[in-house]
Amino acid sequence: MAADRNLLPPVFAQWFQTRGWTPHPHQLAMLAAARAGRSALLIAPTGGGKTLAGFLPSLIELAAVQPSGLHTLYISPLKALAIDVHRNVEIPIADMALPIRAETRTGDTPSAKRARQRRKPPQILMTTPESLALFLSYPEAPQIFGNLACIVIDELHALANTKRGDLFALGLARLGGLAPAARRVGLSATIADPDGLARWLGSGMDRPVMTIKGPSGAAPDISIMTPAARIPWSGHMALHAMPEVYAAIRAARTTIVFVNTRAQTELVFQALWRLNNDNLPIALHHGSLAPEQRRKVEAAMAAGKLRAVVATSSLDLGVDWGEVDLVIQVGAPKGATRLLQRIGRSNHRFDEPSRAILVPANRFEMLECRAAIEAIRADELDGDPPRTGGLDVLAQHILGLSCSRPFHADDLYTEVTSAAPYAGLSRGDFDETLAFVATGGYALRAYDRYRRMRQDEDGRWRVANGLAARQYRLNVGTIVEAPMLDVRLRNNRRLGQIEEYFIQFLELGDTFMFAGHVLRYEAMRETSVIVSRSSGETPNVPAYAGGRLPLTTQLSRRVRGLLEDQAGWREFSADVQEWLRLQRLRSLLPRREGLLIESFPRGRKHFLVAYCFEGRNAHQTLGMLLTRRMERMGLKPLGFVATDYVIAVWSLRPAVRFDTLFDQDMLGDDLEAWMAESSMLKRTFRNVAVIAGLIERRHPGEEKTGRQVVFSSDLIYDVLRKHEPGHVLLRATRADAASGLTDVRRLADMLARVKGRITHRALRRVSPLAVPVLLEVGKESVYGAAIDSLLDEAAQELIAEATAEEADDGVAELPLGPPVGGDR
Amino acid sequence: MGARVTVNQAGLLADPAGALVWPEHRCLVVADLHLEKGSSYAAHGRMLPPYDTRTTLARLAALIRHYRPSRVVCLGDSFHDRKAAARLPEGEAAQLKRLVVAQRWTWIAGNHDPVPPTAFGGEIVDELTLGPLCFRHQPVAREHAAGEVCGHLHPKAALSVRGRRISGPCFVTDGRRIVLPAFGAYAGGLDVLDPAIASLFGRGGFRVLMPGRDRVHAFTRDRLSAFSGTNRLAAPQVGA
Repeated sequence: MAADRNLLPPVFAQWFQTRGWTPHPHQLAMLAAARAGRSALLIAPTGGGKTLAGFLPSLIELAAVQPSGLHTLYISPLKALAIDVHRNVEIPIADMALPIRAETRTGDTPSAKRARQRRKPPQILMTTPESLALFLSYPEAPQIFGNLACIVIDELHALANTKRGDLFALGLARLGGLAPAARRVGLSATIADPDGLARWLGSGMDRPVMTIKGPSGAAPDISIMTPAARIPWSGHMALHAMPEVYAAIRAARTTIVFVNTRAQTELVFQALWRLNNDNLPIALHHGSLAPEQRRKVEAAMAAGKLRAVVATSSLDLGVDWGEVDLVIQVGAPKGATRLLQRIGRSNHRFDEPSRAILVPANRFEMLECRAAIEAIRADELDGDPPRTGGLDVLAQHILGLSCSRPFHADDLYTEVTSAAPYAGLSRGDFDETLAFVATGGYALRAYDRYRRMRQDEDGRWRVANGLAARQYRLNVGTIVEAPMLDVRLRNNRRLGQIEEYFIQFLELGDTFMFAGHVLRYEAMRETSVIVSRSSGETPNVPAYAGGRLPLTTQLSRRVRGLLEDQAGWREFSADVQEWLRLQRLRSLLPRREGLLIESFPRGRKHFLVAYCFEGRNAHQTLGMLLTRRMERMGLKPLGFVATDYVIAVWSLRPAVRFDTLFDQDMLGDDLEAWMAESSMLKRTFRNVAVIAGLIERRHPGEEKTGRQVVFSSDLIYDVLRKHEPGHVLLRATRADAASGLTDVRRLADMLARVKGRITHRALRRVSPLAVPVLLEVGKESVYGAAIDSLLDEAAQELIAEATAEEADDGVAELPLGPPVGGDR
Repeated sequence: MGARVTVNQAGLLADPAGALVWPEHRCLVVADLHLEKGSSYAAHGRMLPPYDTRTTLARLAALIRHYRPSRVVCLGDSFHDRKAAARLPEGEAAQLKRLVVAQRWTWIAGNHDPVPPTAFGGEIVDELTLGPLCFRHQPVAREHAAGEVCGHLHPKAALSVRGRRISGPCFVTDGRRIVLPAFGAYAGGLDVLDPAIASLFGRGGFRVLMPGRDRVHAFTRDRLSAFSGTNRLAAPQVGA
């Protein structure tokens, strides 16, 4: 596209000049697209005037025409980003004295201002997907959005392939109905499939979305750190490399040290401070910290007061730090796209390369880091296949729309299927979801009289009562937090929040890392974990592994390639080369195609190690299914452990017939049977039930008490599964689990890929490549045997205690009368 | 397989299904059925699956078939609210009548059902004393607690085994009194370490009897882990 300066009205051209800027070609291209009435997707790294490129056409139009009513809607996945962008957009508005009102609207907006925004919307409104959904549920929605000319969606790549993205896509489809002429503008970081994202953005529109690429800038300068210490066999903390990490921070101006889990943030932060003889201002940032603490760190960062911040993905998105000149990634990058987006946080001048150092924490991660660098050099990014929209999200959307105005099911079906994630939605699934919203959708039509939606005489659906509408508005959104608990000191000072799942494994007196301190678990008070600061340096509970992402399919293929192509080994450190050579000598190396399985005896058990490289989630599922099958084959499996790369299973008898063992048919009945009783399914069901509105996060009248309404979703799951296994929410749960926690899809692909290409090596002892996974044994929970045997085991520990004699082992039952019908 | 437990010298059996059996009196005791809790929520816009009464009655019927008791005692909160009896689906109402009529049946009044319905048969009492035991809904002060068999609190316990967390409804006892787990399909639980339960027992502490899949396991208090805050919210309000 010709970068035509004449697109810029004089006052804007002047403004650029006084700022000392020249409009970027991509900014002008976006302007030209807008002039032509075309929707556009801009793909550019953070910075580079991306936000201005998105808003410039609106500012110019608004300056010229000054229409009343909402003209441009800006959607950001982050509240903080919406506020930041608002600040940035106010600069040109103020500089040029444009008669434009721009406002933000988030969960924090006072209710008086909200009400005014509904009556008299500003010309530019910055908000989040959840607030948009709320807007659409009000009867005023047609008036508010009727004159909408432009929808700007920031960080679209982070939104599109998620449940929030499903909700937003449905909102976008509704906006398409209310304001068919509105242009759509997507702003995205570099991604694997720009065309796919453009199709997502333009779904339901007459003309395709134009893709505009921003400057790619200099190729990033990425290296792998080679510390003096030997690289560990296993573990994820990379503490061996901290002296070098500290030296790199000292040599740079401002560094972001990215890690993968909250636990790593804490440990790496501690380790750096132990080395910090220069007292460099080094902070930490993760999603569990108290918001005020996070904001303090962000402000210090923005003001250039920090030399380094140790962060998780809480800093992945959004606010531009500007001054950062080095990104250090501790631990494996897990995906090339993710790594590239993290690297993009450093140095936003196009002529200079972003600088990044990768710090592998163990030997396999060394391979993975190398694979990621090669993928970035080859411009081969990874991304998930497009999502199928969740039926739980659809249910929420339907209830929301029914609060706005009555609709015909046929019309809504047409509109919903114009949203990209729902393009393939069957009418049957739609109708069942609608029935769920109306009455619960149970075959037993017990709740017809308690409807949340009813049909009027024209057959149009509307919300049944004010209660249902209030329930919807209190519970809108698709982000279901894991149950969280406040972490407080005895003086009641709040340090942040921690997942309930983590605390459940602690005993009173245990110490763990949080907010940069070693804390002792003292008590549980209401919804707070009471802690004290511990003087010890090392916590006795290894922090949990939440937030781990599995290795992507693309990187996994590259890692296998690196193992096979021995010429490339010289890129690795000497100890890693030695490790691989030893593997070649003792066993075989996994190949790019096929599957290597090793078996060997150890202790009095027989181990099977499979080099699948399909990521932890898929491996966990594989482990559950393999042990089930081995049990049936009489091999007496005892346990398994999975990493991102490898799975190890041990049994009392050696495994045989590997082709049968790894046959695809394990994904049939065994999978069904396991999924049904798996706690992962229950966790997934909880999220689905909350999003769909079966279980409320907050209930009208109780929202002010701060006391959440928590209903045990496990009980509901059990009852529903027994009496109505085909219920739409159970189907939504299984669909979620298949692509999420259980990653069945990826496992299925692998089993198909390796069929007939399994190489088995019977060894006399553990191979070098199998050592890392065996070191994980004991750190992980083991084979999920029946609950009774676990309870029995716990009871065994207590056998010496006086109470044990009370436990009934083996006393015959005492029926009170002759049993009829026998077993129970 | 049940676990034997002695309360105030009475020999009892805790069944894995969460019921208490008193062989000497051929008596089967259950607590907190909360029938029609699902439809109670539905009436307030929360469309929980409507199968809770069906599930609860099926479990109760199986116990009755197995033990053939001469008396069934329901320790109160048998009906989730005052209108629950009217909402009971026809099939379930008929089944309940059949269950009640087959032996002596005692409804103890609870806070959810201060006046249990008469439509299904059975006798209605505030509490019931049999030999050394006294059956009531809510526990009373410790000094009067000898032989108390009660419900109301929905006790639930958790412990970690080999890094795995196991939790579930349980019986709690100190040999002097016993609190039963809630029997209803949708009845939530309250952590036994919560003061509302823990304070019922003296310094000597208590034991929990935790049903597994087909056995009941006994643990002392010090073996248990605390629940976090959110779990307790599913439980009834103490003193409600």
